[in-house]
Amino acid sequence: MKDSKLIPLLPLEEYQRRRRRRESDIPEVWNLLDAVKDPEIPVLSIWDLGVLQDIKKVGEELLVTITPTYSGCPAVDVMKEDILIALQKTGYVNSRVESKLSPAWTTAWMSSEGRKKLQEYGIAPSKHSNTGIQCPHCNSMDVAVISEFGSTSCKSLYRCKACSEAFDYFKNI
Amino acid sequence: MKERDIDQTISVYALRLGDDALILGHRLSEWCSNGPFLEEDIALTNVALDYVGRARNFLNYAAQLRGNGSTEDSLAYQRDCRDFTNFLMHELPRGDFAFTLARQYLLDEYEALFLAELLKSKDSDLAGIAAKSAKETSYHLRRSREWMLRLGGGTDESHRRLQLALDELTGYTTELFEMDDLERDLCEIGVAVDRSALFDRWFSAVSKTFAEANVTLPPASWAVKGGRIGFHTEHLGHLLAELQYVQRAYPGCRW
Repeated sequence: MKDSKLIPLLPLEEYQRRRRRRESDIPEVWNLLDAVKDPEIPVLSIWDLGVLQDIKKVGEELLVTITPTYSGCPAVDVMKEDILIALQKTGYVNSRVESKLSPAWTTAWMSSEGRKKLQEYGIAPSKHSNTGIQCPHCNSMDVAVISEFGSTSCKSLYRCKACSEAFDYFKNI
Repeated sequence: MKERDIDQTISVYALRLGDDALILGHRLSEWCSNGPFLEEDIALTNVALDYVGRARNFLNYAAQLRGNGSTEDSLAYQRDCRDFTNFLMHELPRGDFAFTLARQYLLDEYEALFLAELLKSKDSDLAGIAAKSAKETSYHLRRSREWMLRLGGGTDESHRRLQLALDELTGYTTELFEMDDLERDLCEIGVAVDRSALFDRWFSAVSKTFAEANVTLPPASWAVKGGRIGFHTEHLGHLLAELQYVQRAYPGCRW
């Protein structure tokens, strides 16, 4: 059977991540952390981005697990701080943030809501194998790459041939 | 090997990989604000950032296994030349744009093969770092390979400079594929990568690109090596003087 005939499914890790949230006995903490945004793309929460992996109570301690996006991304340190600040403000003083590298973060974990927010913010969301990229301003697909690397690790720079605007594209990894 | 010995050996291995990433990342970062044009400046510093991040991951793991209060920072800032175990190619001065990109391309092809093997490592931490890095390297490789074609097929000047860079680099490539006992032992237990087995695939990939770019990687009639056991070129000391300056001048300084 050809791949195109299969019903598209979530990546297994993403399915498990959503289930951890759905079945969590501390849903209020997950909701609380929806307020923590990517400092470089402030419309995206760490949940939308696929960075927030798990929240667990370990004894008296609250353990938050995240998966960083890019190895050198400086936003990750800020996200960790912001998580702790958000938790402390609401009384969770005994909490810890742990990074987990494996399985490696992928843009496939980004929620469809997150993709929509990106588009509205003026960043073209990632497309499988970097084809079929759409201009976030005029929706044209007649676009050209200016630079593989952009203002942050996660983006490349494109130009729309229809409306002549330059735009950021969220790289597919 | 006893379990504690294995941990210490893996720590040395992680340190080697961390040193490679740290030193190359530093060399690339020297282009910040000096790139030939804006997009390229941003690209070079993005790649530098990926490498410094990769270094942090490897060094952090090496420090954990090493214990004794080691941290990623103490490993990066408080060791001297002879304690660094990066390959020599990584520490060579950045040279001109053709030299930086030629080195990057040779290493991107190598890294792509190396990381694809390391992500099968039985050590889950090393495999995790490799999985993350492999995705980044696929982006680096696409760009550096394109530059080989553009420089090789560009002007007489760009072609001449690219060929000159390859003439200078060829003798440093041998070291990438030479194994020592430490890595062979780790290979046997499925932790490390057998780098010597990567050569044929690496050589055929780079030869194909260089044929298209109308340049040649001269056969390595000379070879310089020693990085893995701490014998370095004179350039590493100068690099470390800059990289470690703040921590040497103000030990323990934080901001």
